[in-house]
Amino acid sequence: MSEPEVLLSIRNLVQTFNPGKRNEVKAIQDISFDIYKGETLGLVGESGSGKTTTGRSLIRLYQPTSGEIMYAGNDIAKLKHGSKAMLDFRRKVQMIFQDPYASLDPRMKVQDIIAEGIDVHHLAKSEQDREQQVQALLEEVGLNASHATRYPHEFSGGQRQRIGIARALAVQPEFIIADEPISALDVSIQAQVVNLLKDIQDRQGLTYLFIAHDLSMVKYISDRIAVMHYGRLVELASADEVYNHPLHPYTQSLLSAIPVPDPSLERHRKPIAYSAAEAEDDGKQRDLVEVYPGHFVFASEDEVAGYQNAAKESHGTQSVSQEQ
Amino acid sequence: MERILDVKNLEIDFKTYAGTVHAIRDVDFHLNKGETLAIVGESGSGKSVTVRTLMGLLASNAKIVGGSVDFEGKDIVQMSEKELTHLRGNDIAMIFQDPMTSLDPTMTIGKQVAEPLRLHTKISEKAALAEAVRVLELVGITNAKARLKDYPHQFSGGQRQRIVIAIAIINNPKILIADEPTTALDVTIQAQILELLKEVQEKIDTSIIFITHDLGVVAGIADRVAVMYAGKIIEYGQVDEIFYNAQHPYTWGLLEAMPTLETKSDRLYAIPGTPPNLINPPAGDAFAARNEFALAIDLQQEPPFFQVSPTHAAATWLLDPQAPKVTLPPEIQRRHQIWEEKFANKGVNA
Repeated sequence: MSEPEVLLSIRNLVQTFNPGKRNEVKAIQDISFDIYKGETLGLVGESGSGKTTTGRSLIRLYQPTSGEIMYAGNDIAKLKHGSKAMLDFRRKVQMIFQDPYASLDPRMKVQDIIAEGIDVHHLAKSEQDREQQVQALLEEVGLNASHATRYPHEFSGGQRQRIGIARALAVQPEFIIADEPISALDVSIQAQVVNLLKDIQDRQGLTYLFIAHDLSMVKYISDRIAVMHYGRLVELASADEVYNHPLHPYTQSLLSAIPVPDPSLERHRKPIAYSAAEAEDDGKQRDLVEVYPGHFVFASEDEVAGYQNAAKESHGTQSVSQEQ
Repeated sequence: MERILDVKNLEIDFKTYAGTVHAIRDVDFHLNKGETLAIVGESGSGKSVTVRTLMGLLASNAKIVGGSVDFEGKDIVQMSEKELTHLRGNDIAMIFQDPMTSLDPTMTIGKQVAEPLRLHTKISEKAALAEAVRVLELVGITNAKARLKDYPHQFSGGQRQRIVIAIAIINNPKILIADEPTTALDVTIQAQILELLKEVQEKIDTSIIFITHDLGVVAGIADRVAVMYAGKIIEYGQVDEIFYNAQHPYTWGLLEAMPTLETKSDRLYAIPGTPPNLINPPAGDAFAARNEFALAIDLQQEPPFFQVSPTHAAATWLLDPQAPKVTLPPEIQRRHQIWEEKFANKGVNA
């Protein structure tokens, strides 16, 4: 197989809020990773782990403190606001937000919400073209053309999230950051939205960064998964690797805490406790190290051998299913 | 088994600008002493409204049109406001979803935890605070005595939910209602809170009604499960009966829509469509429009409950002796097989 093409390359990204002040927060502490063209990268972690901040820094909603975000040869971190390159970047990268109630303007009609990006980027040749584009987008996300003249309050949560998706698609993006797009929805509706996102990706060849704390949904939609904790990436590997052979103790703890809809299994499930003091905060220098093909763990030099052995052992017990 | 709560034919309407919403449509269920009953269903199915009725906490535009809620020989529906005040936070206590909004940000946690005790018993402030320390330690707040004068914002989300639980249990309630108590929490914190609820239940010997839409959580905490759809309970049974021998197509859909960590297939099952508008509830089975197994009769006549075992029943025409045999979805076949192998021959449910 050919090498996957890198779409977005993040190097040593640091995001500090209120630097130098008493309320300084180091939200992202030096992370580096690539996002490949056409893949879905899942980004998981608990509240405060920095996953949302990462998504927002990538799209330059925040000004990164230091580090590089390379997208199509440009360093996004250095683009000037209002520049042509910035406008172009903002068209290629779109965001879907968590709360379908708060992310749609209640005073705007659905057609104007969806077409706002089309207007900003002058993507419609005429009023009629604009209308046609909106209708095609509504269809793409499984809504009716007749929905165009309604207001957000007339829709259910799942339908609103579809409107949010149509708005993101309106400017023909290459890359979509979906920040917990389903956590506010009911289980039965979550599946509809996830299936829709997958279908659209298949049709349009989009790349996704899927941010979530629900690990079962993330596994289902992601090709690779990055696990974040305290503003660092602690593990990065293919979805199957992360779930079947988790190496970092934080990932193991996180996976062990997921309740499964199976009472017999639930009766025996014992969550594993995690202590950051031992695996992150003991003062040792740590980096993301590839300890098994395609499988990266946040480790210090003296821990690498241990992780390599653990990976081999874990793979030895099950048939190896490499997806690289 | 001794029943502590018996809800019969409960019907509740809401007056809205758009019309009268029939939110609860003839709901029957009971709670056994010492058990945990989970009520599951999607937003708008009526699960929160049902439990709010148990505490007399309905919104002002809600009206109980019919039915009764028997608690220790008294009907909660008929109770005066004074009687309800005595009931709330004393005999029946509630844990709400969002620990950020269910605590008063301007009041020390010592006062908030001691408040139900001060309201319901003649006790000195000092003694009440001592009791607050005891419960806070019970729910796992370390160094509780020193933290009595702290405010909610000085605690993390998980700790706040522990404090909310402390407030709920300080009067040793007979029934504890937990309305999505872990939905706002991270999965690691959720695991701790669920564990805590089980411990607390044992220590103060209470019965729990647990509301959630997360079937994973239900599998871990419930003894029995009631599934609600469009203002009705459509299936109930012991937890194993619901997860391994479900009979209602809506319950099947919920089980199928949960991706398990083993889910391999390319597409996730999604229940098609959306729940019906309860201003004009559909005739027949309210789920029929979204149900691929719907029969002609489902559109005309509402299915009665068919008893599957002494503890398990489902309101679906598929259980009628005249109904055609349907091919179950693969995930449900897998679950029914577990049922055959593990439970069916144990003789409990012939």
